[in-house]
Amino acid sequence: MHNVQLGIWLFLASEVMLFGALFAAYLLLRVGAADPWPPGATILDLPLGLLATFVLILSNVTMVAGWSALLRQRLALYRPALGLTVALAATFLALQGAAYSDAFGRGLYPSTSTFFALYFTLTGLTAVHVLGGALMILYLWASGPGFWKRAPQQLLHRVEASGLFWHFVGLVWIFLFPLLYLI
Amino acid sequence: MVAIRYVLAASAFLLLGFGLMLIMRWQLANPGAPLPWLAALFGESKMPGGIVLPEFYNQLGAMHGTIMVFLGVVPLAVGGFGNYLVPLQIGAPNVAFPRLNGVAFYLYLLAGSVMVGSFFLPGGAPQSGWTSYPPLANIAPLGQTFWLVGIVLLAVSSLLGAINLITTVVQLRAPGMTMMRLPFFVWAQLVTAFLLLLAFPPLEAAGLMQLMDRLADTSFFMPSGLVVSGEVLDLSGGGSPILWQHLFWFLAHPEVYVLILPALGIVGEIIATNTRRPLWGYRSLVYSVIFLGFMSFLVWAHHMFLTGMGTVLNTFFQTTTMIISIPSVIILTALLFSLWGGSIRFTTPMLFAIAFLPMFGLGGLTGLPLGLAASNIHLHDTYYVIAHFHYVVAPGTLFALFAGIYHWYPKVTGRPMSRHLGLIHFWGSLVCMNGVFLPMFLQGLAGMQRRLYDGGQIYAHTENVVALHGLIGLSAAGLGLFQLPFLINLLISLKGRPSTARNPWRATTLEWQTASPPPPGNFTAIPQIHRQPYEYSLPGRASDFTPQSQPPAAASPGLADSP
Repeated sequence: MHNVQLGIWLFLASEVMLFGALFAAYLLLRVGAADPWPPGATILDLPLGLLATFVLILSNVTMVAGWSALLRQRLALYRPALGLTVALAATFLALQGAAYSDAFGRGLYPSTSTFFALYFTLTGLTAVHVLGGALMILYLWASGPGFWKRAPQQLLHRVEASGLFWHFVGLVWIFLFPLLYLI
Repeated sequence: MVAIRYVLAASAFLLLGFGLMLIMRWQLANPGAPLPWLAALFGESKMPGGIVLPEFYNQLGAMHGTIMVFLGVVPLAVGGFGNYLVPLQIGAPNVAFPRLNGVAFYLYLLAGSVMVGSFFLPGGAPQSGWTSYPPLANIAPLGQTFWLVGIVLLAVSSLLGAINLITTVVQLRAPGMTMMRLPFFVWAQLVTAFLLLLAFPPLEAAGLMQLMDRLADTSFFMPSGLVVSGEVLDLSGGGSPILWQHLFWFLAHPEVYVLILPALGIVGEIIATNTRRPLWGYRSLVYSVIFLGFMSFLVWAHHMFLTGMGTVLNTFFQTTTMIISIPSVIILTALLFSLWGGSIRFTTPMLFAIAFLPMFGLGGLTGLPLGLAASNIHLHDTYYVIAHFHYVVAPGTLFALFAGIYHWYPKVTGRPMSRHLGLIHFWGSLVCMNGVFLPMFLQGLAGMQRRLYDGGQIYAHTENVVALHGLIGLSAAGLGLFQLPFLINLLISLKGRPSTARNPWRATTLEWQTASPPPPGNFTAIPQIHRQPYEYSLPGRASDFTPQSQPPAAASPGLADSP
């Protein structure tokens, strides 16, 4: 195991605790709620959420494709795969923005109810993670060819670490989507 | 170097936190008596005519706790000692992620500036205690928002620091440095790093939620129908103030062990070196520290017995609290047994390390009545609690940190510290520390509540113990005075004659087998480790210590002692 690999796994462990605490807060607030909890699908735009989920899963596939291309030293495949990942991440953020403006348009804000407080906080924090991951992948896309000539092993480590982070963010969303939209 | 920066910044914060406490102590000993010369510094809005306003007293209290824990002791013990010693003790040229480490330091400095800077905001600094309990913290002035931003920054900073330290220990140990050959200090730092890694994120989540409550009017921690100043707050409600307490203490209890474990590590190193004996029960110490780290995640709600969470939960957390005292007692006992039969050298660091044992012991044992739900009802939120945790952290951890500074100063600067000034510092601090905190046990047992602006003058049940505030105030001032010899010692020793000895204490661990101060890359050649960390006074050896890096074949020791 190399340093970056261990470092990213430790980072992900702490991220599990961060989102774990928020999920625990969701549970506690929902169990303790006096009013009936609104089913997410009735007040959120379900097709939009479903599309965002699909886009994020797809970006995870392209990320793996990019890493695997680099592993097989096929730089010609690496760059489009990472570029596609960034584009899909941007699409996800745009869909998230659309969902927000839809909610705002209907007068639904974080202050509206505990459900919306949780909805905006959890999705907002995820969006920040998506943005951070996308910027990192954008950097690896832009500096890829030069980086590859200079230090191929190091580039591979960084792509692997970014990929692990990206999959973690995808995983968070996989939990978040049913929690907010379906149950 | 990052470690030295941490030491300097954390020491400055410690002095600041101590200064805030002196103002509080003045107010408690002489309620309403003016301090005109301070009024100019803090302004008429906080100290009109030099008299401390109740709101300002609350700011001092909240900031004293915040500064001491988050900006003082932890950065000094982990950022300073950990960063400096861990790479040296495992034979590594540097930490695993030097750049991340640098970023972590600046995030910490930024967090500290944001928090301390809040004194100059309208409404002043945060005033809801270092625990920031809602709903009070949610409706507090702007300073509380700065506190929350600071906490989130600190969480990121300690996250980066912890990743760096764990990776360093796992990846960069010199050849032959197995896990069971690590000095006890490294084990203590490793477990501490795991606590920071896993315990801080929930507080970060809680901090984000309180920020949302304050900035976006959500009600994560706000119950329905809350009345403030006679009016029902216009909020969606449905939140839970207790949720904050759970998330806060999920960090803040492991944080207690973050404060203690590095101190135990430092004391272990100093005791082994100065008794000229191997540390008693090295393996028990290591396993205890690991168990302690694990258990520290399962005791948090013993801070919340009075929240009405029910007898089942109370019993659970009371039981885990009793269980966690077992490894603590094992560690303290092993350190105590290490003294037995040793030929003790009463150096300045050793005096502090020896004094640490009963002081920390007193702090630990007085925690038991607090950990039992029944006796907690009487003692909760009284001065007894203040006395208890200060014995753990002030004459406990701080004494260990003083010991560490005296012990490793010759390594960092290449110059010894003055023994005379050290003795004045030690005896003065020992007497004054107890003068400050022993009377608080009496006050607490009598039922005096903490966080009272006038120290409980108006309550009949505290009238017999309220005069003790005078003694405490005098002792606190004395404690401040006795830090002067220490500060002078730090400065004049810097100008002292450079010593050529790389190993003045004749110690076995790796940091003493390189030049003082260590060259870039720490070692001129990568050391090879051949033995346990504490091979002192072994029969049949020519010298009373055998460095970890000394090959078995070389019969003549003392090589490491030459410049």
